Amino acid sequence: MAETKKSSANGAAANGATNSGTSGHGEPVTFLEAIKQAMYEEMERDPAVVLLGEDVGVYGGAFKTSEGLLERFGWERVIDTPISESAIIGAACGMSYLGLRPIAEMQFIDFIACCFNQLTNFVAKGHYLWNAPAPIVVRGPSGGGVHGGPFHSANPEMYFVHTPGLKVVYPSTPYDAKGLLKSAIRDNNPVLFFEHKFLYRRIKEQLPQGDYTVPLGKAIVRREGKHLTIVSYAAMMHTSLEAAEALAKEGIEAEVIDLRTLQPLDEETILQSVRKTNRCLVVHEDTKTGGIAGEIAAILCEKAFGDLDGPLMRVTALDTPVPYAPPLEEYFLPNAKKVFAAAKELARY
Amino acid sequence: MKKDLTRQQYLDLYYYMRLNRAVEDTMVKLFRQNKIVGGLYSSLGQEGISVGTAYALEKKDWLAPMIRNIGALLVKGVPPRDIFTQHMAKYTSPTLGKDGTSHFGDLDNLHIVSPISMLGDLIPVMTGVAMAGRYLGQKIVAMTWIGDGGSSTGVFHEGLNLAATQKAPFVLILENNQWAYSTPVKRQVPIENLADRAKAYGITSYLVDGNDVVAVYQTAQEAVDRARAGEGPILIEAKTMRMRGHAQHDPAEYVPKDMFEHWKQRDPIEQYERFLLGKKILDAATKAELESKMHALLTKDRDFAEASPLPPPELAEKGVYCTGDDCHKIAAKWERNQAEVTPPRSSVPAVWKVAGFGVGKGSGGKNAPIHFGDTAAAEEPEEAKLTPKTPAKVVSNGNAKSAAKTPSKTAAGLRARKTTAKVPAGKARR
Repeated sequence: MAETKKSSANGAAANGATNSGTSGHGEPVTFLEAIKQAMYEEMERDPAVVLLGEDVGVYGGAFKTSEGLLERFGWERVIDTPISESAIIGAACGMSYLGLRPIAEMQFIDFIACCFNQLTNFVAKGHYLWNAPAPIVVRGPSGGGVHGGPFHSANPEMYFVHTPGLKVVYPSTPYDAKGLLKSAIRDNNPVLFFEHKFLYRRIKEQLPQGDYTVPLGKAIVRREGKHLTIVSYAAMMHTSLEAAEALAKEGIEAEVIDLRTLQPLDEETILQSVRKTNRCLVVHEDTKTGGIAGEIAAILCEKAFGDLDGPLMRVTALDTPVPYAPPLEEYFLPNAKKVFAAAKELARY
Repeated sequence: MKKDLTRQQYLDLYYYMRLNRAVEDTMVKLFRQNKIVGGLYSSLGQEGISVGTAYALEKKDWLAPMIRNIGALLVKGVPPRDIFTQHMAKYTSPTLGKDGTSHFGDLDNLHIVSPISMLGDLIPVMTGVAMAGRYLGQKIVAMTWIGDGGSSTGVFHEGLNLAATQKAPFVLILENNQWAYSTPVKRQVPIENLADRAKAYGITSYLVDGNDVVAVYQTAQEAVDRARAGEGPILIEAKTMRMRGHAQHDPAEYVPKDMFEHWKQRDPIEQYERFLLGKKILDAATKAELESKMHALLTKDRDFAEASPLPPPELAEKGVYCTGDDCHKIAAKWERNQAEVTPPRSSVPAVWKVAGFGVGKGSGGKNAPIHFGDTAAAEEPEEAKLTPKTPAKVVSNGNAKSAAKTPSKTAAGLRARKTTAKVPAGKARR
């Protein structure tokens, strides 16, 4: 039975801010600016870092994430390519074999489907099969909520979480975006870096001065609570926090975990939380079937079955393509209301 | 102008072709003894291409073979034992048994990129290798092979087009062995010469008789030299014939018998041997010496492979990810001053300079629209030479320096081309 008494969980974590929020300097920056800063600083630090993709140079990227990089680093390091996603990934991989650390941009992450073979069969398997690490980062704007329609709104992360040899990162805050992108560039493995375009210009955060990284494979507790655990990532992390605020008003204290990295998955942080709250709700913007919620459910069944007081619940997008019309897309996507309702139901166990 | 070969070069080509065939003959025996774990693919009749092309590369150059390019691996320095252990899935193989056939590579010493079964993928990968080599100032050339079948993949186009826009020092050998598994080339491609596809990318191409190892080598050498000199990627179509089925399981009954007969008369090794004997480069004593050297090597390497253990089962779960510096220390080998690619020297204005724009007689000055064909090509700005999508090639109209110069007009190109004309079976061409 859920406790209805107002939780005494401390409010400090409740604002969902990262530890950077208090130590920042200067103006708060957007998610997009944080990504640009990460690329700029890494290219400044190491001439082995190069960027290639469609319209990343003169135009500065379709979302202007690489604006100014060409002026600073020149034609050899900021490379405008033809519309050839397979060639972009293939060339990035080949470049990495000589010790470069290429960042390959997908103009929209939906287009990653065009280079699926190159990524999953060539890049991902190299280290396992023939001892060839491919330190490349494939990054691009993902996710819905901006009425981009069925080919500009996808969340294809799970194809790649399912592919051994790839790492998958999906940050939710500017601080993490910058720190994780730097870690991804410095990592010796191919890292897929998803940037939720809904967040690009909608959230701002003060960032610390100087170099910092956020480690891959480490989740973070964004809000502490004791009645249930909400596991989420990317834009849905903010939706989950919003729902948690509403739940708190009804005396339900939800702990919110931001996965940040999906592969490798930080099982320990999830397990620790669920052992405390005994209830778990997973919220993601990816479609339901084959989403990471199913994987987390399996992990909890295997490793924390005795700790569960109720079923694992999930709030996800529908098992459909992303529709275009605003009422359709809103119906398709999870939102705070849906999370709130599911959490309330779960809290009754 | 093609240089004549030295006696040693002639003999090297002969030795590697013989070794290529002997390695494969040994593996056919191992296959029949059930010692090869998976499939076995033959390059019988195509040895001249693998050997002749790879022989044009320097030690520092990079290559990525296809499954039938065992000869190229041998030339690059791979010992036969690696090929045997790979096919037998042994723990001592370069992939420790994780993959078979010629699916292995060596980033550090031999500069070999492992192939995968999805054909065409290596074309952009080797383009990237070529681009990185140029970026680091290494003056390398990257080479890979594709078949008539693989040339129909989308990534063939994407890769070659990127290489062309980047002017990458990259050489692609299109090995036209006339069959993609069971489908003849005429049912795959509606053109006579696949080399003609180079026109679509504005790059140089050659057409060569793949069963004439000297012509193959000379053509490849010229292509490698031109690519290294910065002329951009080059496509070589080498015509040949796959003399076996797709793999050992396939009797290739779909191939007309007289087609096999015709090409059997043109076996690249037998032809070459007649040529060498005629020119007195090879004699019975030298031949016997090479053969005994080869057999000693093959016996030693086959015995090693047969005596090697299979991998321990637990290896299956190891090595998916690089764990960091303890696993691989990744460092680019710079052979140019890094200051050239770091600020402030790397700084440029972010605008396209459209060569020829506004300067042609019909253009009407600076504000004129681009007229294709009526404007003289402007001097390419320094940074644009490394610029992708530079429109210079589009606007320049047969400019002498441009890649539009048809390779077949060079003496070398003509010679190479001539040798592919329908030669009566069995007739020596030199």
